[in-house]
Amino acid sequence: MAAEPMRLAQGGRIDRTRTIRFTFNGRSYTGCAGDTLASALLAHGERLTARSFKYHRPRGITGAGQEEPSSFVELLGDDQSGSQPITTVQLRDGLAARSVNCWPSPRFDLLALNQLFARMLPASFYYKTFMWPNWHVYEPHIRRAAGLSVAPDADRVVGTYETRHWHCDVLVAGAGPAGLMAALSAGRSGARVLLADDATEPGGSLLGRSAQIGGRAAIEWVSAAVAELGAMPHVTRLSQSTVWAYREANLVVVTERAPATPGIFQRTWRVRAKQVVIATGALERPLVFHDNDRPGVMLASAVQTYIHRYAVRPGRRAVVFTNNSSAYEVAADMRQAGIEVAAIVDARAAVPAQAAALVPGIEILAGHVVAATDGRRALRAVRVRPRAGGAPRRIECDLLAMSGGWNPVVHLFSQSRGTLRFDSGLSAFVADVAQQPCACAGAADGRLDLPGCLEDGANKGMDAARLAGFTGSAAAAPAASTGPAVDTLALWHVEPSGASDKAFVDLQHDVTVADIHLSLREGYGAVEHVKRYTTAGMGIDQGKTGNINVVGTIAMAQGLPPEGVGTTTFRSPYAPVDFGAMAGARSGPVVLPYRHTPITAWNIAQGAVMYEAGARWRRPGYYPHPGEALQDAVNRECSAVRESIGVYDGSPLGKIEIRGPDAARLLDLLYTNLFSNLETGMGRYGVMLSDDGLIFDDGVSFKLGEGHYLVSTSTANADEVYRHMEHLLQIERPEWRVRVTPVTAAWANATICGPQARAFMAALGTDIDLSNESLPFMGLRHGQVAGLPARVARVSFTGELSFEVNVRARDARALWERVMVAGAPLGMTPVGSEASHVLRVEKGFLSLGHEVDGTVDPIDLGLGWILSKQKPDYLGKRALEIRRGNPRPRRELVGLLMEDPARLVIEGAPITPHGARQAAEGFVSASVWSVANQRAIALGLLTNGRQRIGETVHVRMKEDVVRATVTAPCFYDPKGEKLRS
Amino acid sequence: MLLISCPHCGQRNESEFIHGGPARMRRPQDPSALADEAWVDYLTVPANPLGPIDEKWWHARGCGAWIVLRRDTMTHRFLPRSNDGS
Repeated sequence: MAAEPMRLAQGGRIDRTRTIRFTFNGRSYTGCAGDTLASALLAHGERLTARSFKYHRPRGITGAGQEEPSSFVELLGDDQSGSQPITTVQLRDGLAARSVNCWPSPRFDLLALNQLFARMLPASFYYKTFMWPNWHVYEPHIRRAAGLSVAPDADRVVGTYETRHWHCDVLVAGAGPAGLMAALSAGRSGARVLLADDATEPGGSLLGRSAQIGGRAAIEWVSAAVAELGAMPHVTRLSQSTVWAYREANLVVVTERAPATPGIFQRTWRVRAKQVVIATGALERPLVFHDNDRPGVMLASAVQTYIHRYAVRPGRRAVVFTNNSSAYEVAADMRQAGIEVAAIVDARAAVPAQAAALVPGIEILAGHVVAATDGRRALRAVRVRPRAGGAPRRIECDLLAMSGGWNPVVHLFSQSRGTLRFDSGLSAFVADVAQQPCACAGAADGRLDLPGCLEDGANKGMDAARLAGFTGSAAAAPAASTGPAVDTLALWHVEPSGASDKAFVDLQHDVTVADIHLSLREGYGAVEHVKRYTTAGMGIDQGKTGNINVVGTIAMAQGLPPEGVGTTTFRSPYAPVDFGAMAGARSGPVVLPYRHTPITAWNIAQGAVMYEAGARWRRPGYYPHPGEALQDAVNRECSAVRESIGVYDGSPLGKIEIRGPDAARLLDLLYTNLFSNLETGMGRYGVMLSDDGLIFDDGVSFKLGEGHYLVSTSTANADEVYRHMEHLLQIERPEWRVRVTPVTAAWANATICGPQARAFMAALGTDIDLSNESLPFMGLRHGQVAGLPARVARVSFTGELSFEVNVRARDARALWERVMVAGAPLGMTPVGSEASHVLRVEKGFLSLGHEVDGTVDPIDLGLGWILSKQKPDYLGKRALEIRRGNPRPRRELVGLLMEDPARLVIEGAPITPHGARQAAEGFVSASVWSVANQRAIALGLLTNGRQRIGETVHVRMKEDVVRATVTAPCFYDPKGEKLRS
Repeated sequence: MLLISCPHCGQRNESEFIHGGPARMRRPQDPSALADEAWVDYLTVPANPLGPIDEKWWHARGCGAWIVLRRDTMTHRFLPRSNDGS
């Protein structure tokens, strides 16, 4: 393996004894344990690591952490993942990574042809170009040319995602100097603390600098603080954990990306914290000038981090470009690391003496700016000129360390709905008024000096503990090294020399100052519009480095102060989060579990094809014999029911028991027909309307005794009807004395149907008198069936003589097995939902979801008789009257017999005048092959249908138009003699 | 994820509840006494303010109680509300 020419001989937080092998774009490299992919590549002197999104310009590494806007990679093989910033990929043995957005490599990118079309591709080009004939013709090619990474195609195999729910007194986000002090203060007071930090080791900004705390290296102080926190059992410290969402009532979400527990790939903590301390630090922002995107142009703090944390020199000869004093410490560090610092270009007219004192012997060009850079695939020189104007001077360099100032990371504070204000001293937005129990601390609150961070962190931590009910005093802040005051000059972008300047404000999405000016010229001046018009801030980095420059650029162009422009809304997640981490264990069938009846296993053993039948119930669709096609099985099951005997499982139908002195009043209010005059042991078919007068549900309800009723509902609506009842009783009629209990799953049934039903029941064995005189149609009796306690109801959805045998759920399997044994000599056939659908269509019985689609009332369906004239009020009565007061024609339920008796039309097919392609006058609601009639039949809703019986109408199918005759909606036993037999 | 105070169960996560829409005036005992427009308004015009609203929540995955709470639709904060609705 090649040596690492840019690796410093000493220093860094890496472990040089552990060599790691990895590949990048197919080439092999080595790195050290503790490296990121970025630091390892820089150690090898690899600077061209990416191509930009739109223009495919050569790009390198700009930052050192999550804020990285330039280089994104996808991981391959077992670690396969989508785009990630190159700076956050922890090096591990066998890692294989690939640059996204270029092919075949960043060095030689065929897709760079895009650059030739750059003038056609400004911001929002897709609103103005590539429009004819249809944007969708061009979109796939444009997407491919943009070369985004590919979604992983393999399920992750190396562990599960876990979710943990947690409560704590104080949650501290960030384990830098302020966060550690806050955790110490709160922890010492006895408060339960959760400290979460997104780096691989604590220390935050201290890891990338050579600061001193308490007279020793800051890293030693960090170790001591962490040891003290580790000894407190009420303090939990998480590393490689990003706090990515701040939601209502102090719910904060943290995802641990590398928990120590074997088998857990990532763990997401959903934390309710009494108080939150946001110690997330500050991010440096870049400066904006022509060609500011070349590989070798980096954030000054990133250069410093690569030197101190990773022992890497990102270049050999550097220029510093800054508008504040923090970069002077970086210049001094660079020189000490063996990087030649050719010049410091300071936009400020006067450089503070304290800053200049750090860099004796380095040329300082005060009042100057970098106006452009040179070099195609890497930086070779910068062009510097006085800020006010003048001839540029060329300085050769391969590294430009730029510092545009510092932005406190206020994202979580803003997500919590805290307001921001603009601090003109920092030229940045800082936290203003909190809306939830939280506070920013340290650099996140605008304190950029180390002593200030330590003190502020300690105080904010103690404040939080106190508010959470603990007593104590803030940890004493140790003395710490401090640099010159930052003293920032607002410099949102260097004045462009020409309209074609490519001065990037958003590196990830290739958004330039010119694009922002274009957006403003087009009238999109509000900051949220500029964001969406230019896509600035919409990438993976979410504009962590660039958004403030966007705001500043808008402000300059419009003559407003930055606070007059404002910021765009901060939204979670703060950093990319795996979907799996959000889902946790809620994936696959766990998310929406099926409901099963007690005989699901039996059904499957019989070879049933299982369907979902409303409200997540699994029901058999049909029971094919081996080799039998669907239609043949359905025909056979229908014949069995019409000619001899069949059995189906009606258990999923909703059942609700109603008890109390006001039970009858409740039914009378819910149903359109009268129920209070029902006799004990009898049932009645009822229709429920919603209060806007349209059909909500239907079912047969029984009186079991005084003040005791059993309501049955459709399968899909069981939960909705229960909710409807509880709402009515608790909100509208709290004074009524009645209780409702859903018992759908407590009872199972086997519904026996067919002309032989009575003979079969005798064979099955029962002590109930099932004669027509003793148990008439709609009756219900208690007793023993097949040796099991049962309720038997004479209800029929199929139109044949039918006994619904209800038993306790635990007896269902036994009942079914006894039914099949006793029924064998009679040819007992299990019947699925396909066949019962055919049978009910033959009878013209309604089914929710087919004829009842939320727009029909009972009169439309020919059920006008079910609307009680006696009752002064019931739910929906008033609205139904108002609606029918409108003379417009309504769609009514009819039957349809196709001219070609073998022709099946499809459900939902529209009926239009003469079959022409115009507005429908109705539609087909159900269409089946009728075994009893040996022809295709259908039901439909047709405008003025009942007046048009006998007419010919036209059903539009995909390929042709089918003629059909309108009939009454019943094709079998219209007088209902069979089910009353 | 709101934290909702159920009077029976204490503070529970929003996921235990089902939102039941804005609280309305009680359903009139005699709908026929109202003019058509008044009844249609009662059915179809819900309150939708920017600010405090009285609304119904059903503790479906808890005690099953329907409760009326006052929430600020902008800040999501729950506000005190006396039993008579003031």
